[in-house]
Amino acid sequence: MNEPIRFHFDVDGENFSSAGEASVTVKKRLRQLGYPPDVIRKVSVAMYEGEINMVIHAHGGEADIEVGKSEIVIILRDKGPGIANVDLAMQEGYSTARDNIRALGFGAGMGLPNMKKYTDSMHIDTEVGVGTTITMKVLL
Amino acid sequence: MTLTELIDALSLHVVCPPSSPEREVRNVYVGDLLSRAMSRLQADDLWITIMTNTNVVAVAELTDVAAVLLAEDVALLPDAVHAAQDNGIAVLSSEKSAFELCRDMAHILKANA
Repeated sequence: MNEPIRFHFDVDGENFSSAGEASVTVKKRLRQLGYPPDVIRKVSVAMYEGEINMVIHAHGGEADIEVGKSEIVIILRDKGPGIANVDLAMQEGYSTARDNIRALGFGAGMGLPNMKKYTDSMHIDTEVGVGTTITMKVLL
Repeated sequence: MTLTELIDALSLHVVCPPSSPEREVRNVYVGDLLSRAMSRLQADDLWITIMTNTNVVAVAELTDVAAVLLAEDVALLPDAVHAAQDNGIAVLSSEKSAFELCRDMAHILKANA
């Protein structure tokens, strides 16, 4: 495998029913490609949390996944409100999710912490009123 | 123990049948907050929850749980039923509370150890 494999998804910001579809699709493809369970788990958790965040907070966005020789790169871009205080957002248990979102089982304040925990690197590029791009890498 | 044995032992209702009835259940996790469940669930776990929307199916799919067990007779929402069927996710239910199900599972797992 010389050329990286790329996936692109438009994440629908209005539809909670389909939230997670991009992550499930990537997981299935990685399994078909024969990647080990621990790698698949890391990518699945990180991408799902990111995907859900885009739906909850940013009216959707785009997800790009690049599967290379030595790493899997996940890039999530949105044009949402941005993250005002990244340090606070990274704290476990901190959440700005609304009550109707919490009723669905979200809003545990574990999204960003899980993304960091399950990837080998994570970079957050965010600007209030402009949007957020999160780049995560899982090493192979 | 297998899913078939589990369904029999706990008298569970089958909401969406398992694609692999002989799959072994290794452990149990209880929880309704999806990010916590996502982080803690392991492959082949039985996940006991009272959440009923499609996101339960997505988390179950991503974590490779053996089955979702809905406590207190909560009903999976129709689009979640379809998603579970499409993805081959086993969904079971019981009128018992999460505590009662855990208590019974502990007895069973101990007896099978």
